[in-house]
Parts: sequence; structure tokens; C-alpha cells
Amino acid sequence: MEFLIEAFKKALFLIINLDREFLEIISLSLKVSISALIIASIFGIPLGAFLGMKKFPGRNVVIVFLNTGMGLPPVVVGLFLYMLFSRSGPLGFLYLLYTPTAMIIAQFVLAFPIVTALSQASITKVDPIIKLTAKTLGATPFQVALTIIKEARYGILAGVIAGLGRVMAEVGAILIVGGNIAGYTRVMTTTIALETDKGNFELALALGIILLTISFLINTTLYFIQKKGVPANIT
Amino acid sequence: MTLELIVSKIWKIYNGRPILRDLSFVFDKKEIYVIMGPNGSGKTTFLKICALLETPDKGEVFYLNSDKKRIPEDINLFRKITYVFPEVGIFNASVFDNVAYGLKIRGLKKKEIVSRVEEVLDFVGLTHKKKQDALTLSSGEAKRMGIARAIVIEPEFIFLDEPTAFVDMENTEIVKKILLQIKERGKSTIIIATHDTHFASKVGDIILKLENGKLLTENFA
Ligand SMILES: Nc1ncnc2c1ncn2[C@@H]1O[C@H](COP(=O)(O)OP(=O)(O)OP(=O)(O)O)[C@@H](O)[C@H]1O
Ligand SMILES: [Mg+2]
Repeated sequence: MEFLIEAFKKALFLIINLDREFLEIISLSLKVSISALIIASIFGIPLGAFLGMKKFPGRNVVIVFLNTGMGLPPVVVGLFLYMLFSRSGPLGFLYLLYTPTAMIIAQFVLAFPIVTALSQASITKVDPIIKLTAKTLGATPFQVALTIIKEARYGILAGVIAGLGRVMAEVGAILIVGGNIAGYTRVMTTTIALETDKGNFELALALGIILLTISFLINTTLYFIQKKGVPANIT
Repeated sequence: MTLELIVSKIWKIYNGRPILRDLSFVFDKKEIYVIMGPNGSGKTTFLKICALLETPDKGEVFYLNSDKKRIPEDINLFRKITYVFPEVGIFNASVFDNVAYGLKIRGLKKKEIVSRVEEVLDFVGLTHKKKQDALTLSSGEAKRMGIARAIVIEPEFIFLDEPTAFVDMENTEIVKKILLQIKERGKSTIIIATHDTHFASKVGDIILKLENGKLLTENFA
């Protein structure tokens, strides 16, 4: 008990003092996860929109794959990417292993199915009358698609934020491809894993508190997005 | 420019049952046409085919310009035609933005959009609601918004399917006034499907009855 309280005190001390190493780790975590998420959204939202609006043979197969992808075990993603990027792997010549770029790619792989599948689901749910209404008011097919995406905006945003929640919390994939190199590829979750292993609880605890706070903020945002749709401009 | 709608020998068959059979008609007046008929007689089917939202199984529907030349079916033609559904499709946005939609997608300048939208909102009596979330409007208000959104784009053809469905007497009266005023402007052909006989006799210049897949002229005393 004594030791727990002591560790908590030191952790809070680290947070309050804005320790440099501590801040660097948080900032890299955010950079990696947010970059991965932006790239996942750039590809995932249009793909989700396409899947949500167009019927074509094999569409259901794609959707089942995406839903499976939503639950991909991060360590397995890490393993595959490690094999791709390792010196003797097919993409070894890119020298990406143990770089923040590799970590972004790994988190992109994890976030992409979530963003895509949740975008698709919310776009499919848009009332067909919206499409007809846009059309009868003179929208071109492209404008109709944009209007439908806009109608689904809260669901899409919820998907993006759910993706952020997942990548911020995962450790398996980035640990394998990033290597947890101090000052270069250490992020919150990998540091927690390593420092705990070393019995170095204060830094781990401090980061744990920050991670929980971020997760709390993400979920609060998600809650409000889903609850309260503030009307915005159309198109 | 004046547009004419030609319906030529159209057939529409659902599950082996002809809903429209060899139906021909010319809509060439800037007046109010009312199409009546019981439930299931094919009014909506006919209106959608006329508005180019559906295609007939046989026959043709096309529009002519003032030189009696056939207009190609492209976005320029679609932008001259609009359709108000019985259950108005509402965008998750303010009343103002809903009404502004057709103008925004046509790339009009903001200033012109604001003045035109405000004018029609005033016209349908929704000025005080312009900032309200459109999804919270009552059915009667939603109907008026649907009409405002359609007329703001100054279409040459307006199709209204059951404009008085879900609407109380007071709002029906307002819808009637709005439609008569649009007619007075003389810029649009208005085609209404309804089974509200009273409403039809009040607004209709030309009353048609859909019966056994044919369109008949009806006389109201
Ligand atoms: N897509 C469809 N598939 C099969 N049958 C259809 C389809 N659309 C319409 N029908 C049938 O065609 C007939 C005419 O329908 P329509 O909606 O045009 O009638 P309506 O005159 O508008 O009726 P109401 O007054 O109830 O609106 C109905 O029997 C309907 O079931
Ligand atoms: Mg109908």
C-alpha cells in the first residue's frame, strides 16, 4: 500500500513538472495516432461512402472483411508488418522498421477498417428520401453523394473517433514495428509496458493517467456527437 | 423559355398488372393540373415517370423547348423540374439551409441565395423558423418548407405528390394559397396528385382522373 501511494505521488509529480521525456512520449503518441487516423480517414471515408451507396457483386464480402478487420489483433498486424519491413522482407529496402513511419502504418492498418466500416454503416442508414430529394432539387450525382455523406456526418465522425480510441490504446503493433527506442519511437503504451516490466512504476503510472484522461475525452466527445447533432450547412 | 411535357403512349406494368396503359397527354400550360384517383390507381407512378424519376415500360416521356425541339435528358433539364414528396425529405440542417440547398448546388452567390431564400420563406410564412433545425418542424411546416425549397429554384415544372397529406385544414389553406400564387407568377407548370376532392376543386385549373390506367378529364360542377 505504502509503495502504491509513493508511486502515485511520484507519477503526479512527473505530470505536474511537465517532465521533458514524459512530454516527448505523449507528443509522439499523439503524432503517430493522429497521423494514422487522418490517413485512414482520407481513404476510409470515401471507401465507406462508396460501399454505403453502391451495390455491386462482392460488396457483402468486402463488408465482412472490413468487420473482421475491426477486430484485428494488433500483435498480428505488428507481426505481418515486421515481416514485410525486416531487412530480408519484401519491403526491407525502405528501412522502415523501428521508425515512427512504420508505427503510423501499423496504426493505419488498425484504424482503416474501423473508419471504413462505421462510415459505410452510417451512410447505409441515411434515409433514401434524402437521395431522392437532393436529386429532385437538381444535384449532380457527385453532389448527391456529398449530400449523403454530409447527412451521415455524425456517424462518420463517431467512426473516426472510435478509430482514434483504438489506436491510442493499442500496444502490440507499435511495439513490434517501432521497437520502443527511447527518444525516437517510444510512445505512451509501449513505455507503460516496458517500464512496468522493469518495475519502474512512476513513469508508467503517469502515462497511464494521461492515457486514461485522453480516453475519457475521446469518449465524452463521442457521446456528445452521437447525442447531439448540431445542424451545420449543407454542401 | 417555356417547357412542354409530352407523355406518349406509356405503359407501366407491376407484377403483370398494367398500372398505366397506353397513356398519352400533353402538359403545355403554365397552370395547375390535378391528377385524382383512388389509392393504388397509379398517381405516384405517373408523376414519377413524368418527373423522369422512373421510366415507363413502353412509350416515351420527354420535354420540348419553345422551338418544339426535344430536350436531352441531362442535368440542365433535371434542374428545371422538381418534385415534392408526400413525406418531405428533410436534410439534417436548419430550415434556411434546407431551402438554400438547390441554390447552393447551382453555385449561386451567397448574397443572392440569402435574398431569394428569405423571400420564399416569407412567402410560405416560415421566416420566424429559418434558424430552427428543420427536423423539428411540424408536418404542416415541413410541407411548406418542402414547397419553399422547390420553388426557390424557380423550376418550370413542379410535381407535388399529395401536398395535403399529413396537413391540417389551416395548413391546407396555406398550401392552396401558395400554389395559386406560384401560378399567378406564370413561370411554372404545376402538377399535383391528390385524392382530396375539395382541395383539387379549389386549386385545379385542369382536373384529370386516373382510371384503369388512363387519364380522363373530369368535370367539377
Ligand atoms: N416498385 C413497385 N413494385 C411493385 N408494385 C408497385 C411499385 N410501385 C407501385 N406499385 C403498385 O402500383 C400501383 C400504383 O401505385 P401508386 O403508388 O402509383 O398509386 P397511387 O395512385 O399513388 O396511390 P396512393 O393514393 O395510395 O398514393 C399500386 O398497386 C402499387 O402497389
Ligand atoms: Mg401515391
